[in-house]
Amino acid sequence: MAAPLARPAKTPAHPAVPPPAGSAGSAGSAGPGKPGAPGGPGTRRGQRRAVALFTVPFFALFAAVTVLPMIYAAWMSLYREESSGLGFGGTERVFAGFGNFTEALGNEAFLRSFGNIALYCALYIPAMVGGALILALLVDSTMARARRFFQIAYFLPHAVPGLIASLIWLYLYTPGLSPVTDALDAFGADWNFFGEDEAIFSVVNISAWQWTGYNMIIFYAGLQAVPREVLEAATVDGAGALRTALQVKIPTIRPTVVLTLLFTCVGAIQLFDAPKLVQLRANTMGEDWSPTMFIYTVAFKGHDYGLAAASSLLLALVAGLLSFVVTKLGNRWKAS
Amino acid sequence: MSTQTANREAPAAVTRRDGTERRTAPRPPARRNRTGGLTSRVAVNAVLAVVAVYTLMPLTWLLIASTKSYRDLFATNPFSLGDFAFLSNLSALLEYNDGVFVRWMLNSLLYTVVASLLSTLISVACGYAFDKYAFRGREKWFGVVLVGVLIPSTVVQLPLYLMASELGLVNTYWAVLIPSLVNPFGVYLARVFSEGYVPGEVLEAARVDGAGEVQTFVKVALPMLAPGFVTIFLFSFTASWNNFYGALMMLNDDRLYPVNLGLFMWNQNVYQQPELYPLVIIGSLVAVVPLIVAFLCLQRFWRSGLTAGAVK
Repeated sequence: MAAPLARPAKTPAHPAVPPPAGSAGSAGSAGPGKPGAPGGPGTRRGQRRAVALFTVPFFALFAAVTVLPMIYAAWMSLYREESSGLGFGGTERVFAGFGNFTEALGNEAFLRSFGNIALYCALYIPAMVGGALILALLVDSTMARARRFFQIAYFLPHAVPGLIASLIWLYLYTPGLSPVTDALDAFGADWNFFGEDEAIFSVVNISAWQWTGYNMIIFYAGLQAVPREVLEAATVDGAGALRTALQVKIPTIRPTVVLTLLFTCVGAIQLFDAPKLVQLRANTMGEDWSPTMFIYTVAFKGHDYGLAAASSLLLALVAGLLSFVVTKLGNRWKAS
Repeated sequence: MSTQTANREAPAAVTRRDGTERRTAPRPPARRNRTGGLTSRVAVNAVLAVVAVYTLMPLTWLLIASTKSYRDLFATNPFSLGDFAFLSNLSALLEYNDGVFVRWMLNSLLYTVVASLLSTLISVACGYAFDKYAFRGREKWFGVVLVGVLIPSTVVQLPLYLMASELGLVNTYWAVLIPSLVNPFGVYLARVFSEGYVPGEVLEAARVDGAGEVQTFVKVALPMLAPGFVTIFLFSFTASWNNFYGALMMLNDDRLYPVNLGLFMWNQNVYQQPELYPLVIIGSLVAVVPLIVAFLCLQRFWRSGLTAGAVK
């Protein structure tokens, strides 16, 4: 731990460092240190320095890997590469105004990728969140046995890195390799995991496998926080297990459900690994199936960085709007 | 559960957290034998068991498939054992292409463990400062952190790549390492943990004893934050372990690949070189096992972490 500490420790030695927690640096005019009030002699300056020391590393890195790239993307999106160039010859860059944005918005593949994700969300979110909720209620119910085992079994897929999970499922979808396709054949079911209509279910399944258990644990933890007296009161009042679940348990974990929905939506819109792998066999999907895949393809196959940057910003915008809407709706639901 | 360590040192401040956490422990059996006839009990447990089969099946298949030679992989029933080829698969994996797989594992270790340790330290220091110091614009800056939580990381990835390529950082360890040092959610969690685990009086006492701010943080606050540190570490660890998109963009040189990117690239070639199938399979297994072991060992930490992150 000494080594990493040594790095930020240098920061105050450079008086030139403009504190992004800059207002922290100028705190002299404002708040006194909270804990000691003005009491501690000479500690105020020390505290100001400590604030800078503790917060600057985070904010400097945050600026470098999040804020600056966004600004850079905004600038890039206004230009167009005239050559098919691989390199970054600034000379071939022409100002395009909002050309890249109109191009992206008029690009059928880009719009289709949002349609795909919308359909994916419509299938995935109810299945995963509903499934996680039902599982949490079942494990929380008085009837469940071996709770610990089930929790671990459900959570385990989350320990598998997303790409490797997708890889395993890709093989499980492959006839000849897979016990799943054999079983389906044995039942006489005709299901092609890579078919034009079926492929999206294959993607949904991979995500559901990874995330249902994780969210189930979160919901379960929330359910455990429901006071026992409340549950007992419900039982005394003659509420059955189902009514208790619907009218007592679920309402208490609403905030948790809303937060899960928010994170799930933000995650869904970035979907990349699973469709990228399923698409290797499901030819009908195309390399630009999800917005992120579209951006990747435009940037690395088409080398159209302006269009890719504009699409990234549009995707960020959609993600922001989505978070806003989900939070708003969620708050309304929480209040109801 | 993890609060219990903190409890002993900091009884005053953790009461609220403690309240939530204690209820996480299994309820006393009193409630158990109340409801449900035999049929519904069997039905509930049957459903739970079926789902457990679903979640465990892929990993079980992976384990069995890793023992099969390429020929048996396609020739035998997927759940039955063929000739036991686990060891020869393993040695093939380790030897293929001058042991590039071992290198990938080490790279992954660097990209995940080392990066997450650094990232956690940065997050914890920042969250601690947000909780324990008053400074101008504190809540505004914290708002920036919260917005950061919601910015989709893949959206930033392409601009980040373009910037890195201007700076000549593409295809270096830094290109993957630096972005994973930033974890806004960790800062948020650290603030929550600091509120719960580190009482202001203890810090005051340390100051009165003449400890400097940094010393107070390292010697007094950090040990109290240990459970929170592990939790945030786990979050940042999973994030970096899952980071495939960033590595795919940033890296061309296969000696810099993390293990998931390496396996992806092998998988790209299985059509031309079907003998790679067993390597991808056993490689996936070898990559996953340490994670599963780590998660099983660190259970109580992710449990309390998830609760802290979600219940709030």
